[in-house]
Amino acid sequence: MSVHLLVDFGSTYTKLTAVDLEEERIVGTSKAMTTVKTNVLDGFNNAMDKLKNTHPDMKEITAISACSSAAGGLKMAAIGLVEELTVEAAKRACLGAGALVNTVFSHHLSRKEIKQLKNADIDIILLAGGTDGGNKECILHNAKKLADAKLSVPIIVAGNKDAQDEIEEIFEASNIEYYIVENVMPKLKQLNVKEAKEVIRQIFITKIIEAKGIKKAEEQTGEIIMPTPEAVLIAAELLAKGHEDVEGFGELMVIDIGGATTDVHTIGAGFPKRSEVIFKGLQEPFAKRTVEGDLGMRYSANALVSLVSPYEFKQYSSYQHDIGEAAKKRHENVDYLPESDEEKEFDRALAKICCDYSMSRHVGQVEVVYTPLGNMYYQTGKDLTDIRYVIGTGGVLINNENAKDILREVNQKSNKKLELRPTDPIFLIDQLYILSAMGLLGQKYPKLAIKLMKRHLE
Amino acid sequence: MKTIVIGVIGADVHAVGNKIIEHVLTEQGYNVVNVGVLSTQEDFIHAAIETDADAIMVSSLYGHGEIDCKYMRENCVEAGIGKVKLYVGGNIVVGKQDFKEVEQRFKKMGFDRVYPPGTNIEDAIAHLREDLGE
Repeated sequence: MSVHLLVDFGSTYTKLTAVDLEEERIVGTSKAMTTVKTNVLDGFNNAMDKLKNTHPDMKEITAISACSSAAGGLKMAAIGLVEELTVEAAKRACLGAGALVNTVFSHHLSRKEIKQLKNADIDIILLAGGTDGGNKECILHNAKKLADAKLSVPIIVAGNKDAQDEIEEIFEASNIEYYIVENVMPKLKQLNVKEAKEVIRQIFITKIIEAKGIKKAEEQTGEIIMPTPEAVLIAAELLAKGHEDVEGFGELMVIDIGGATTDVHTIGAGFPKRSEVIFKGLQEPFAKRTVEGDLGMRYSANALVSLVSPYEFKQYSSYQHDIGEAAKKRHENVDYLPESDEEKEFDRALAKICCDYSMSRHVGQVEVVYTPLGNMYYQTGKDLTDIRYVIGTGGVLINNENAKDILREVNQKSNKKLELRPTDPIFLIDQLYILSAMGLLGQKYPKLAIKLMKRHLE
Repeated sequence: MKTIVIGVIGADVHAVGNKIIEHVLTEQGYNVVNVGVLSTQEDFIHAAIETDADAIMVSSLYGHGEIDCKYMRENCVEAGIGKVKLYVGGNIVVGKQDFKEVEQRFKKMGFDRVYPPGTNIEDAIAHLREDLGE
């Protein structure tokens, strides 16, 4: 009698996944074009009709949970003091909450930067800077600048706690919508993003959804509880850790190649594995997400091919025609579907580059230091050499018969020896496109979500 | 509470003295930010910026300290913390050299206090109190 419906309002498709709670199985999935510009419920209803038509015997839907990345998803600006420290911590808080971080500033904000912030398409600003008890002069300067600019977006303050009271006064006086949370880097190199992430989600639920015209959906779906990328990260974490007596998969990675971005999620500590390796830099989050805005199959195709020389491109593909033209076609026509074998080959090459480059940027790196006691190594970022599972998701991988071939690009490479990439993982594909849905389901039924993922990732 | 950034600079992994310095300074009521062994100038400087440090204490025991510390004061100035106190100590030069001369060289490089091998940390603490006006 009870079917839990999970809804993902994506940028292109509204996707539904129906789960039978008693029989512990996925009843069916369906999708329809997302309709943000007219009425977001049209797309939802279309998908619903499809689901009902293909599964006429489906039981009554007793609960619905939804996530969204429609209308551009959640876009944030991250501001901090030192680039490698509080700026990075602020960025990680945003990324972990499922946001796209396209505006990043360090040190004292300049007039030019304030102007950029005003013109940028952002939903929330995260303001950090200084450890607790550390530098407060910079964050105060930046708070004043932001207050003077009279920005209309909410600001989350996650910096030096010593500056909180003064910032509160500054923002109160200027009628800025602000939220004060724990410092994202309370001590040097210590990452603390939990509270910031929670507040980002709260603002997303209460404000952003409305501003983007998705609020209407809630009449039928109940509250939209998180941005889609966060749901994927939660699903990945559940699958890795397990829940009570349901065992997890252990350390794993999820790679999601989309039209505009490539997201990589890894679950695992990634600590140095040998005694001569010393960890450097900011603490890594156990569940880490990175997003590459220049790596995508359609909208970002131009940016992507500009990263590789024609010679390098040949390492990925046997495509013979003009690379620039092929990329332009995809950039200008984001709904493009390749038909000929050659065009399919070009798409495969793009996907491989997305995989390879996003991996280079996500994984940790080692650097040799020659000491009087012999070679030592610095490690920055996560050591992912022992990652056991790599899971591919996103339209490109799901619909590609060579998906696992593409995923192999994440592996360790002879020309990238210093990157701590997976060595011999098992590749799985999210065939039914259920990861975000399982993240949503996992909020209430973690065990069932893990079981279903184990069953359907292949 | 005054904040002191400590660490071992360069390709130097001598961790024992570093731990002793951390222990004693903490006991003496300082907020100690330890960047640890194998630290670059940037590691010290970035830590000092974020924590609003009053002094940076650089240790070096493997003889290459002079090269590792080159332009450290200039780099602090560039990073906007030109007034931070810079201390250095250990086996900071190659071989046996006249310490008076070594001290002069490091002072010229912008270090406020320079210590020879075998210095007691208590001596440096007395200087800290004086330099930080405690």
